[in-house]
Amino acid sequence: MSSGVGRGSQAQERAHLIRLAAIAVAIFALMSALRPELFFTAANFQSMAFQFPEYAILSLAMMLAMLTGGIDLSVIGVANLSGILAALVLTALAPEAAGTGLDVIAVIVLAVVVSLAAGAICGAVNGIAIAAIGIPPILATLGTGLMFKGIAIVITEGRAVVGFPDAFAFLGNGFVGPVPVPVVVFAFFAAVLAFILSRTTFGLRVYLMGTNALAARFAGIDNAWITLRTYILCGVFSAAAGLVLMSRANSAKADYGESYLLLAVLIAVLGGTNPYGGFGRVGGVVLAVLSLQFLSSGFNMLQISNFAKELVWGCTLLLVMGLSEVRLRRRPGKRQ
Amino acid sequence: MSLLSRNETLVSLILVGFIALTAIVEPSSFTVGTFADLLRNGLVLGILAIGVLLVLISGGIDVSFTALAAFAMYFTTKTMIAMGLTDSMAFAFVMAATVGILLGCINGFFVATLKLPTLIVTLGTLAVFRGFVLTFIGTDLVSRVPSAMRDFSRSMLARGDAFDGSFYRLPSAILVLVAAVAVTAFILYRTQLGRNIFALGGSVEAATRIGIPVVKTQYFVYAYVGALSGIAGIVHASLARVANPFDLVGLELSVIAAVVLGGARLSGGTGTITGTLLGVALIVVINNSLITLGIPSTWQNVVIGFLILLGTGLPAWQARRKERAA
Repeated sequence: MSSGVGRGSQAQERAHLIRLAAIAVAIFALMSALRPELFFTAANFQSMAFQFPEYAILSLAMMLAMLTGGIDLSVIGVANLSGILAALVLTALAPEAAGTGLDVIAVIVLAVVVSLAAGAICGAVNGIAIAAIGIPPILATLGTGLMFKGIAIVITEGRAVVGFPDAFAFLGNGFVGPVPVPVVVFAFFAAVLAFILSRTTFGLRVYLMGTNALAARFAGIDNAWITLRTYILCGVFSAAAGLVLMSRANSAKADYGESYLLLAVLIAVLGGTNPYGGFGRVGGVVLAVLSLQFLSSGFNMLQISNFAKELVWGCTLLLVMGLSEVRLRRRPGKRQ
Repeated sequence: MSLLSRNETLVSLILVGFIALTAIVEPSSFTVGTFADLLRNGLVLGILAIGVLLVLISGGIDVSFTALAAFAMYFTTKTMIAMGLTDSMAFAFVMAATVGILLGCINGFFVATLKLPTLIVTLGTLAVFRGFVLTFIGTDLVSRVPSAMRDFSRSMLARGDAFDGSFYRLPSAILVLVAAVAVTAFILYRTQLGRNIFALGGSVEAATRIGIPVVKTQYFVYAYVGALSGIAGIVHASLARVANPFDLVGLELSVIAAVVLGGARLSGGTGTITGTLLGVALIVVINNSLITLGIPSTWQNVVIGFLILLGTGLPAWQARRKERAA
């Protein structure tokens, strides 16, 4: 197979990051120029800050799976299933008007723990299917994704779970100082992932395995164990995205956020993640998220339809991929 | 490979099991009429699956074909109405297939010429095709489809009372599936092109070295899927008697699941038409028999997800055990 985006030296990776930053700034400048009274305002920054964290966290999970050369098509299923479990804990133990007492806070913490644990278990199921049984990641996560969604539908009978205590809304709608809580949550997970990937042995091994699984095995790395842990981490990230999503929607349902799947793949690839594994940086994902959010908010203000947004996203993806491929090929001696 | 470890056998067994179970639980549903209805429900899925099979055999994956089908279907219907060409079914099929081929060549360009990963490319074109239709061609439902399409949906190969007393009708649209199967089988098993597609899926490197025109073959594969998808779109709109640009998109993973259940491998080089049709049949039968069996339809996703894991897990597990033993 030939290589895709981002395969290359660290210098190329840095070049891609700089290009992405330029794209983000360009879109930002363009939208600010076209609609200064709407786009370049505190209200717009705030509204954008509430919108992107959900799919941004999912994109981090997608990037992580892609680093190992895999993909996780079950992220939405995991997010909704774990969200629904948390919702059931909340509605069972803390009624809507329970206030903000210590016991309510305890229930919310319990719900968050339940959801993250459910995400980890779902991720472990993916990891086992891929690493222990040997199913290709696309098919394994396609199958488990359907199952997770199916289980969520069976539990809820397809209905939305509603009636959370007011305090829970803080996660999706609150502020820490001037900063919306979802952004804080996203920043936390982005920082954790960046730390794991660049500062731990596990992170180094993920990159090694993604670059060359056979070489990694001969270097004594337990590929199955790394894969399993990667997908568990993907599950936890998906569950976190699910929590933000359900808090913002003030309900949990089996089919929320389905359009985020394509978006998460798109952002991961746009952010310079190589779908064949081995290359990808958290910084790239953050820049890709910002570019797309600027673009989509700007489009809303220019009153361009949502569907045109989809068209532009698709074109951007193809263009970025196509251009980096042509650039790679022009470099003599690098390729056949 | 032994008979038992083949996917076709496994899928057939599950299929027969489901049908038998339904027949025992609800004997009144076990009629010729029911099977004719199932066949009708599986038509569009079947045509799409045949196309996807070709891509999987060639070692790629296509998730854009549903958007492509919706594009070709909606554009063709609108054009026919705008031009007043509402009485020619042949025109509908030819135009939809042509649109499909052109769009398929866009996939081909990125996959074959630029050599980008097929999953990412087709995810991108999925968004582009869908976005283009909804932005520039329209979002409104066309409920007055051209008369040719309405007549086509009414025309039956056979209808009447079966020997078991049930009423059955076989729409002529079945001929489209039959033709798609026949042409694809001919290409795959009787032509050099078919051998090339299999070889490509086995190993691109090896295929290149023995002189197979890799780029041309890939263009053909994506154009062919485009043609089949366009035709499937027209069949869908005809049977539903409405051209809805929001239809079909969202089915792509189910179709891929059906093809994979039928034994095609994502790694390429493997897959049969029989298996694919069995996979489609399984998914259609499950969707139908869960309700008959009294299992709430909410379990549908769980069952299909489980079957995908089972259908891909067993061969993967066997291959791994063999590898360890060797």
